[in-house]
Amino acid sequence: MKNLWDIFYKGLFDQNPIFRLALSLCPALAVTSNVTNALAMGLSVMFVITANNVVVSIFRRWVNPKVRVPVYITSIATIVTVLILTLQAYLPDLYKELYLYLNLIVVFAIILARAEVFAAKNPVIPSFFDGLGMGAGFAGAMVFIGIIREIFGNGSIMGVNILGTSYDPALIMILPPGGFIVIGLMIASFNLIGEYQDKLKAAKQGSDA
Amino acid sequence: MEEYLKLFVASAITNNFVLTQFLGLCIFFGVSKNLNASIGMGMAVTSVMTLSSLLAWAAYNFILEPLGLQPLMLITFVVLIASLVQLLEMIIKKHAPALYNMWGIYLVLIATNCIVIAVPITNVELHSNFLTSLVLALGSGVGFALALILMASLREKLQYADVPKSLQGLGISFILAGMLALSFFGFSGMITL
Repeated sequence: MKNLWDIFYKGLFDQNPIFRLALSLCPALAVTSNVTNALAMGLSVMFVITANNVVVSIFRRWVNPKVRVPVYITSIATIVTVLILTLQAYLPDLYKELYLYLNLIVVFAIILARAEVFAAKNPVIPSFFDGLGMGAGFAGAMVFIGIIREIFGNGSIMGVNILGTSYDPALIMILPPGGFIVIGLMIASFNLIGEYQDKLKAAKQGSDA
Repeated sequence: MEEYLKLFVASAITNNFVLTQFLGLCIFFGVSKNLNASIGMGMAVTSVMTLSSLLAWAAYNFILEPLGLQPLMLITFVVLIASLVQLLEMIIKKHAPALYNMWGIYLVLIATNCIVIAVPITNVELHSNFLTSLVLALGSGVGFALALILMASLREKLQYADVPKSLQGLGISFILAGMLALSFFGFSGMITL
């Protein structure tokens, strides 16, 4: 149980797909101008990555290593198609807004990377938790970026006004250039926190010795 | 004629895939450290994108649509593009080794890139005919190359700048890309796709 939790947990912070591995950045910028879209996209990716990890893990014994990448890509494309058709049927508004980026889940590096690095070598249950953790880390990062951009750019979260009418929204935050700048600053702050933690660790080791 | 010119400018500049729609960022940040590599990559992406979107257009309009198989679009496009890239790699390796040495490594990267698959999907969405899909693909490729080359030139200058330690690398590159996007944003509204 402890192991499964570790597998799940590492995707949240240590190997966070967006901030740490800098993979799949396209959606992190494109659909985070408001929290609703960011959350929807995050959950979609979480679903695809978990489902694909399970499928790859089940079939790992029968897939010839030479053709593994085409097999993985076909499996991802099938799962994404299922997801898109489901969203089209039940949440048509969201589907229209995210249409292009939902299709592009197919080529997200993080999904293929997890299949290759983890699911192809591990049994079904750990693979499931690995997908869930990575997906949750991804969704969490997306929502985090979404909150910052929506609060400064529109004064609201999920369409509910928070900062009041006297707040003059900084429109740049929800426009494309703002996305780049926000992510740049976030990566810098993550580095800063990482450096600080390393320093603490070094100081602790120094005092132990 | 005017319509095609408009589409070309719109896809290359006002709707630039990298800077306004955030596609192909992995390559954009990965390759733009070096100006020569950016030029090679820009050309490789433009040619692969043009070829693959024509192929995808044909597959969609002559096979998928008549048979009512539109839900299979995504799988078809992915497989088509991946095999096209593989085929190109083999042909170039055999017949033009010099070219392969220059471009070979980029071709592998292109196979699973979002910008290459986004163009055929956009074409389906816009109900493009043969010529408009050709123009859209070319324009998007040129736009990508333009953004990549501009970014690479800026980053080469950045090497002489005194950047705070935590911002170094990806952080400052993102902020730089933001500035670049801001300047492209000045063109928005001029032409809409």
